[in-house]
Amino acid sequence: MSDITKQSLSELVENIKSKKLSSSEVTKAFVERSEKSKELNAYITEDYANALNKAKKFDEKPNLDLKLPGIPMAVKDLFCTRDLRTTAGSKILNNFVPTYESTVTQNIWNEGAILMGKLNCDEFAMGSSNETSFFGNVQNPIDKNLVPGGSSGGSSSAVAAQLTPITIGTDTGGSIRQPASFTGTVGLKPTYGSCSRYGIVAFASSLDQAGPMAQNVKDCALLQEVISTYDEKDSTSIDFKRNEYSKELTKDIKGKKIGIPKEYRVDGMPKEIEDLWKKGIEYAKDCGAEIIDISLPHTNYALPTYYIVAPAEASSNLARYDGVKYGFRAEGENLIDMYEKTRSEGFGAEVQRRIMIGTYVLSSGYYDAYYLKAQKVRKLIKNDFDDAYKKVDAILTPSTPSSAFKIGEKTNDPVSMYLNDIFTVPVNLAGLPGISIPAGHDAKGYPLGLQIIGKAFDEQNILNIAYAMEEKINFKNNINDWWIK
Amino acid sequence: MSIDLKTIKHISKLSRISVDEKKAEKLAGDLNSIFDFIEKLNELKTDNVEPLTSVAETTLKLRTDEVKSKNLRDQVIKNSPKENEDYFVVPKVIE
Repeated sequence: MSDITKQSLSELVENIKSKKLSSSEVTKAFVERSEKSKELNAYITEDYANALNKAKKFDEKPNLDLKLPGIPMAVKDLFCTRDLRTTAGSKILNNFVPTYESTVTQNIWNEGAILMGKLNCDEFAMGSSNETSFFGNVQNPIDKNLVPGGSSGGSSSAVAAQLTPITIGTDTGGSIRQPASFTGTVGLKPTYGSCSRYGIVAFASSLDQAGPMAQNVKDCALLQEVISTYDEKDSTSIDFKRNEYSKELTKDIKGKKIGIPKEYRVDGMPKEIEDLWKKGIEYAKDCGAEIIDISLPHTNYALPTYYIVAPAEASSNLARYDGVKYGFRAEGENLIDMYEKTRSEGFGAEVQRRIMIGTYVLSSGYYDAYYLKAQKVRKLIKNDFDDAYKKVDAILTPSTPSSAFKIGEKTNDPVSMYLNDIFTVPVNLAGLPGISIPAGHDAKGYPLGLQIIGKAFDEQNILNIAYAMEEKINFKNNINDWWIK
Repeated sequence: MSIDLKTIKHISKLSRISVDEKKAEKLAGDLNSIFDFIEKLNELKTDNVEPLTSVAETTLKLRTDEVKSKNLRDQVIKNSPKENEDYFVVPKVIE
């Protein structure tokens, strides 16, 4: 069967289950395409030989009752994988080989999937363009020298370029939805507490969530039902009734109330984004949804809040990298000198910047003015959503304020880079689920995404709305394989 | 508000990240522009607002205090940059 890599996850699963394809054939096809695609720099660590062996073993005794039978998959290099190097995109973890497996990836292997390798990302997931990775930029398959978004940039690039049928990313302020939007793919950030954080390299623990990144909504729903489990190893994991999202997926969203928040019409928003949003509203109406104007009055305060809360938690989480227990060590004259040199040489500029911000806002004399203040505003932001959800079932917004930008375009201005996450950050602060679906192109032909935000634990509802709208939008990605010689 | 070089040096010490003069100046510039942006929060009155510490409205689950994984010494030490038998090795701290 030709064009294996062009098939969606759901098609591949069906073809393996009906024995039209073997796991070896599928794995070989994705490995070969990944090998031809080194210029994208989507992978940090390749594990192709092991993947092919595992596929062969699977085919010898295939268990076709599994949800991901013999499906090869590369994952973001923020998930600890037993016996396979896990770097978080950082020099400081360059040689780190976990002795344990993250719960989310373990759930995936339990359903029969096979690890192909680890995908590039911004260092410790801190970035919106994949340019902070110690392992270099990632190319967006849409166009040369275009960023794939971040922090899950290797993941978005690999899914869009069909180097992996599907993947997982993590999202602290938009790191799944923004790269999905930049590459014409689908990305879901689940409700906080839905997917276990055990074994995921921590960035900001009250915001981090893992989630699927896929070519379509149905694939996304299938992977979400695999990765979302209650886990006692994560004290913030929540024990709620999880759906079989892909089985319960429906395009019938008639009468669903969808809110349009006026505060998302931000100053200087390009007309293309405004038009895309209007088009999205029409699509939602065509699907039978009822459109309701709503207000989220504290939207403009979300980014400043995020840039206190996230660095504060990061500075605390990253205190563990001291050159003693694992990772990179720089030699020093004494213990303190060793710590300071290790962290100065081991962390990149953006990570150091965020540790410094976090340390400052938590330091004596500044805690109340910054950290406590941010926690209070975070409460106001969450209250906005709680109020809105008394009137509506979901909220529709653009995913990003612009399409993908060129590599190097925003690296010298941290604040302009941070503004990328203006529509995604409030969702993390409130702990809600959000999905980005591709919805159109800008004048340059670059993809643009729409975001659907749901109530907590209401993944099924936003997946259904996305599924219904996806059919109406009928988006086609323009990818011409420019990187393959 | 303005973060001066002295403050940068102080934060770098608290962060255990060494900075030279050049890096300190760059950081001061970056942090000042980020804090200008953060200052926007002062527009809001929040005296009577409860701080939000967790979005998950659940209490921590209790569990029995029992050992579930043991004999992990080799695994724990496996990734250390420098070890001696079963110990992590660091520069000498006691004269």
